Amino acid sequence: MSILNINNVHTYYGNIHALKGLTITVEKGEIVTLIGGNGAGKTTTLRTICGLLQPREGDVFFNGENLNKYKAHEVVYKGISMVPEGRGIFTRLTITENLEMGAYSRNNAEEIKEDMERVFTLFPRLKERRNQVAGTLSGGEQQMLATGRALMTRPTVLLMDEPSMGLAPVLVELIFDTIGQINKQGVTILLVEQNAHMALSVAHRGYVLQTGEIVLSDTAEKLKNDPTVQKAYLGIE
Amino acid sequence: MRTTLGERLTDWAISGFMWGFRILIVFIVVYGTFSTLSSGKYTGEQWIDFIIFGISQGSIYALIALGYTMVYGILRMINFAHGEIFMSGAFSAYFLATWLDKMGFIDANPALGLIIPILFAMFMSASISMLVERIAYRPLRNAPRLVPLISAIGASFFLQYTFRGFFGPGVYAYPPIKALQGEWVFFGIGILKSQVIVAVSAAVIMAILYVIVMRTKIGKAMRAVSEDKDTAALMGIDVNRIIVSTFAIGAAMAGAAGVLYALIFRQVGFFMGFTPGIKAFTSAVLGGIGNIPGAMLGGLVLGVFESIGPALFLDGLGIPRPYQLKDAIAYTMLVMILLFRPSGILGERLTSKKA
Ligand SMILES: Nc1ncnc2c1ncn2[C@@H]1O[C@H](COP(=O)(O)OP(=O)(O)OP(=O)(O)O)[C@@H](O)[C@H]1O
Ligand SMILES: [Mg+2]
Repeated sequence: MSILNINNVHTYYGNIHALKGLTITVEKGEIVTLIGGNGAGKTTTLRTICGLLQPREGDVFFNGENLNKYKAHEVVYKGISMVPEGRGIFTRLTITENLEMGAYSRNNAEEIKEDMERVFTLFPRLKERRNQVAGTLSGGEQQMLATGRALMTRPTVLLMDEPSMGLAPVLVELIFDTIGQINKQGVTILLVEQNAHMALSVAHRGYVLQTGEIVLSDTAEKLKNDPTVQKAYLGIE
Repeated sequence: MRTTLGERLTDWAISGFMWGFRILIVFIVVYGTFSTLSSGKYTGEQWIDFIIFGISQGSIYALIALGYTMVYGILRMINFAHGEIFMSGAFSAYFLATWLDKMGFIDANPALGLIIPILFAMFMSASISMLVERIAYRPLRNAPRLVPLISAIGASFFLQYTFRGFFGPGVYAYPPIKALQGEWVFFGIGILKSQVIVAVSAAVIMAILYVIVMRTKIGKAMRAVSEDKDTAALMGIDVNRIIVSTFAIGAAMAGAAGVLYALIFRQVGFFMGFTPGIKAFTSAVLGGIGNIPGAMLGGLVLGVFESIGPALFLDGLGIPRPYQLKDAIAYTMLVMILLFRPSGILGERLTSKKA
């Protein structure tokens, strides 16, 4: 059984048909990437999975359980966590408080403390600034915080929406390194990216999304060498 | 951007008028203050009295203002029924206190005679406010901003006339706490006990609130929800529950304020929430709406201003009954803040994103 199974999902914004029968499967332990241009429906897909949007048709299964009946704040308790597009940092809360919000769904103070230390080991820069208000962080540091905060829920599946957006190349490297590390610790990752090059180098498999439909899906290796992908998303003529 | 001559002239006229208005107000205040002080009509002790009264009245405004500011912070909505939530608390406490008083409980136990009605008022206000949120606001959460505002005004009238219907248009005398009558003398200056108790109680309640908002899990969640509801939900925060809690906590502050108000002014009535409600709203705007320390500060500033204002600058202008104009000070301040510094003292500029 796949850990995540998005089955023929149709999502609308009012009359706008944003997802047109999307089917995606993610196996346990994988990094799967979803690439596509602006407005393809990548964010909509992630928001549908985590319950912020309800599909009008189709289902999202997590470990075989249909998630449609759950609200966003309940989905977290199932083990799905998201790093939203644009990071969604609570700018007026401190870094520690942001991480505590990540652990909102949990109660064991000991474990929460351990996990916070783990996040600080992953991102030492956050540790130095732990009592600083998060709005003062740089874009890269905010991305680290958003990632750390999502890890604080102890997810089995992590959804990431364009983590490389607006970051300098060095930081993009760092973030993708971390994605690999998180995955090695046993977290399944569904990664949305416009930076197809980086995404395909870290992922095992990928899907290409175009105006709400999957147009291609294969292993990352094959997608990288696919001429249409190279032309449209990798800038190779 | 290209502008026509006519548009530029209009701009000049408006900004000229605004400056004229500012200068006029500054002139009135400075001239009035100067002429009052040079006439030496009031003694130092009187000024201290004004200030103490201002602080205790201001701390009541501050307590009520917290509810406006917290609800605004989380929903970007002005809860115009909040003054009536304050009234409901005071009214509920009145019935309990009268009953306790008849049993001789308040005389025997003045401290509990104050605290128990306060707790009861907090509970009643919180319950009523949760109902109002559920019935009048939540179904309109995604409606245009004007709609919940109208609903709030409806809820406000509904509460006023429900109380009027049950208890009539008259006012009731809140039972006095005998131990709190009279004065304490500090450094040779007599200060009304009730005013001190009101200011101290309000300070304690606000300190508790501050700790809740800054330190507890629910307080942090409230701040997270006020910034970004979707992301808060992604953390596992039940946004609706946090919104209801915000209403309840803000209402509890207003309920407590209702009892403190009754303690100073000794009256409760169905219409009692209107003026303090507007004053507290002014305080919240003055401090920067959405900003919790701002609401506390705004309440105190308005309370003191209102208390010393009539003597300080209205009297000096030769106005025969300056105290009659007390309320006008608050309204003038509200208009001036909205015109000249909509962000209030501590508030950030309202960006189009937040507004
Ligand atoms: N709140 C909304 N209301 C109406 N339409 C929306 C809304 N959000 C997204 N859409 C539309 O749905 C489609 C998919 O949008 P989505 O945000 O999922 O794209 P995306 O692939 O994440 O793009 P980007 O790379 O720019 O983030 C777009 O056509 C967009 O205009
Ligand atoms: Mg997107």
